[in-house]
Amino acid sequence: MRFGVVVFPGSNCDADCHHAVGTVFAQEAEYVWHEEKDLSRFDCIILPGGFSYGDYLRAGALARFSPVMGAVVEEAGRGKLVLGICNGWQILLEAGLLPGAMLKNNHLQFRCETRHVRLENSNTPFTCTGHEGQVLSLPIAHAEGNYYIDQVGLKDLEAQRQIVFRYVDSRGRVSKEANPNGSLGGIAGIINKAGNVLGMMPHPERATEEILGGTDGRLIFSSILQWWGGQ
Amino acid sequence: MTEHYLELQDIDQARSMGLRPPEWERLLAVLGRRPNLTELGMFAVMWSEHCSYKHSKTALRQFPTGGPQVLQGPGENAGVVDIGDGQAVVFKIESHNHPSAIEPYQGAATGVGGIVRDVFTMGARPIALLNSLRFGDLSSPKQRYLFAGVVAGIAGYGNCLGIPTVGGEVYFNDSYTNNCLVNAMCVGLIDHHLLTRGRAQGTGSRLILIGARTGRDGIHGATFASEALGEHSVARRPAVQVGDPFMEKLLLEACLELIEAKVILGMQDLGAAGLTSASSEMAARAGSGVELDVALVPRREKNMNPYEIMLSESQERMLLAVEPEQVPLVLATCAKWGLTGTDIGQVTASGMVKVLFNGIVVAEVPARPLASEGPVYHPLATEPPWQALVTALNLAAIPVPEDLTAVLGRLLASPNIASKEWVYRQYDHSVRGDTVTLPGSDAAVLRIKGTKKGLALSVDCNSRYTYLDPYRGGAIAVAEAARNVACSGAKPLAITNCLNFGSPERPEIYYQLTRAIAGMAAACEALGTPVTGGNVSLYNETAGQAVFPTPTVGMVGVLADVERRVTTAFKQEGDIVCLLGSTFEELGGSEYLKVVHNLERGLPPALDLAAERRLQSLLVALAEGALLASAHDCAEGGLAVAVAESAIQGGLGARIDLSPLASMRKDALLFGESQSRVVVSLAPTHFSAVEILAGAMGVPFVCLGRVEGDVVCLGRGQEAIIRADVASLAELWRGAIACHMSP
Repeated sequence: MRFGVVVFPGSNCDADCHHAVGTVFAQEAEYVWHEEKDLSRFDCIILPGGFSYGDYLRAGALARFSPVMGAVVEEAGRGKLVLGICNGWQILLEAGLLPGAMLKNNHLQFRCETRHVRLENSNTPFTCTGHEGQVLSLPIAHAEGNYYIDQVGLKDLEAQRQIVFRYVDSRGRVSKEANPNGSLGGIAGIINKAGNVLGMMPHPERATEEILGGTDGRLIFSSILQWWGGQ
Repeated sequence: MTEHYLELQDIDQARSMGLRPPEWERLLAVLGRRPNLTELGMFAVMWSEHCSYKHSKTALRQFPTGGPQVLQGPGENAGVVDIGDGQAVVFKIESHNHPSAIEPYQGAATGVGGIVRDVFTMGARPIALLNSLRFGDLSSPKQRYLFAGVVAGIAGYGNCLGIPTVGGEVYFNDSYTNNCLVNAMCVGLIDHHLLTRGRAQGTGSRLILIGARTGRDGIHGATFASEALGEHSVARRPAVQVGDPFMEKLLLEACLELIEAKVILGMQDLGAAGLTSASSEMAARAGSGVELDVALVPRREKNMNPYEIMLSESQERMLLAVEPEQVPLVLATCAKWGLTGTDIGQVTASGMVKVLFNGIVVAEVPARPLASEGPVYHPLATEPPWQALVTALNLAAIPVPEDLTAVLGRLLASPNIASKEWVYRQYDHSVRGDTVTLPGSDAAVLRIKGTKKGLALSVDCNSRYTYLDPYRGGAIAVAEAARNVACSGAKPLAITNCLNFGSPERPEIYYQLTRAIAGMAAACEALGTPVTGGNVSLYNETAGQAVFPTPTVGMVGVLADVERRVTTAFKQEGDIVCLLGSTFEELGGSEYLKVVHNLERGLPPALDLAAERRLQSLLVALAEGALLASAHDCAEGGLAVAVAESAIQGGLGARIDLSPLASMRKDALLFGESQSRVVVSLAPTHFSAVEILAGAMGVPFVCLGRVEGDVVCLGRGQEAIIRADVASLAELWRGAIACHMSP
């Protein structure tokens, strides 16, 4: 499977994503400079974490104008898989590929720690090897992960089963304490209606090897590979 | 009409820029004439303490700086040590104390920016950040403001760069109330053949300035950093620079791309003293000269004159020396990363720094005297009369508290001992996917992808010890940093250091400085960990009140097999808990005396460097043999706190019997800080192997008990002394700092 890892000025999880898919999962992986306009050679496009354009103005607000984003929208329209992690999710929101917006964490601090998320929908290309209700332990590292959407939008997300991950405690329960940033309903990741564009705050690429303290992030990449293999 | 920056200056002008009369005389002798304003400004910053080390140079000569592992010692932008396989580690620690005291967020942020540039200037990819922070008492709103601002500033800058902040230390003590300390360390990784140095090589080479535009910020920052703080220091806020981590990230990637392309002959970041130091140091190191037209320097403010351009400390700038035919490639790489790159001059053979402004010479001074032959002082060192008084300690007059379980709780909740999670959860410590021992253990450990190796990193200094006995405190700072690294299973390789002291012009401070350096040097010698560089920060005082002498040590160690790393946490019920090292009745300088009896007195614990070396060799051997489940250094709070921390981190209790240890006061037994001791836990099947190895290597070894249940019990024979459940101890230890910060 061919993965393209987009590099915006200020991306800083690009190498980690490349390592996860290219080395840990031994797939074809290629860095894509943000000025590229043709992404048709890839099966899956990853928008990695970081601080694209310094997150100046607003996280992801400037990156959406990068030339590569036109190609990302185009490939998403063709049904290619697009995975936005952390800053990548913020960019997908700004680009309108996913609904809602990201606010600063409610405590106004950056937060780097391992958190539990519950898998809400296993019927997606990114989660098909898991089961609903499954609790994953994944690293987070962000200052703007406080997801917000209006009531109409929220109802729509729920109706279409677009909420893929929620922050929970170790026993799988949503609570204020289990929520690291104040995001609405503990939402930690959502997918588009077509089911091929996923945005998530936690970093699955940082949890793919035992030596890094956890392997729950493998589920995302294994699912992508399994789903693609079935196509 | 002559422009004012060309007007010849007098001694009063020199004095107003911080130069003393003898330095003015020296300057006249160097030039053979009076300097103009631009030239005077250049000398004033380069001959400031911050840039010239004029009061510390002599004392620094005591440090051992050589060794087979050292590829680059002091004198370059950062030190370099060999770690085998053609790879090397580039590392350095630096202070940003003065700016942080005035504007904590930007002061700390630009401190990170500066140290990161020092590392990639050498051609290395920065892979980790650490820091050492010191503030006054957290009960004061001002101290909380400084602490929160500094942590946010470090987070804001380091996180954006995508360099994990993997470790550090934070101390609170009244001596830092008016002078907080902010020391940042950066560690980089490089293949030997890419090592680059800050040299202006090859006559005719072009000098390319890349990165941010130059503004009026930070003019005379180095001079500011070389004086004591006072009530008017807030007015110095314009001397504090503002950081742009996004610009730094672009600069970092562009420079490393050019390093890979092997087109850079020499490179130097523009830090303290800006273009003046970068150009003159590059010329001085290479024995060459430089000629620049500063009218070409891209500026972000109007009407800047050459004096301002030469002295600006605007951040995120780099000066490169490249062959003329490589200039197009350099500029194209800059353009790719959206950076401004400008050819501002050339390398000459003149030995002079010649500065032009639109073709007119505005300064012409010899590079070497400016950069490396500044004044050197041999200040008077006198042991202050109070030194002997504070070391006097009459233990007989100090009662042993009844409830020692409560004492353990108070110590765990002391901000100096409590978990620093409130701090490090604000730092991205896992980006780059190499951090295999997260913050919270004795040393952070990083894997090196593509090899089996690991790097262990630690920063350390107990400044109360240095205050009570500068020599012993200095030696302990090195020993403890090395011990932390050895506890992780790594062999300590070399150190960098940041010497934070008061005014060296006061004999008692210079006494502290020279004695601390002597102690550090002895420990470096004994432990085989030479000094590869560092930074001196003097004048950390306000109204004659200096900070505790604080020689922060940054240590780098290497693990042959990163899978064999050891952490602090107890792992398995039934494991045997043992103590390596000897326990003496030593309470001087302890955190216990401060927290419980409000005393900062006594002699710090004794340090036997030969015993320390044996202990560290044993730790590395035990780790290599995969014989340990956990290892944790006994530091502040002594044996009881060490056991409690291993228990808390492992979520497991322990039953400990202290009767095999020498008979002494219970508080000394539990909370005394005798050096060269490590609490280890190990599987029962490994017990005899560990015992034999410890015996063979001459390290005292006693079995104290077992990992079991969810309660920490420490007793002596039948007598129970401390009994507390792990969960309640954990709550005290984890919650203490957060509690202070959200009252």
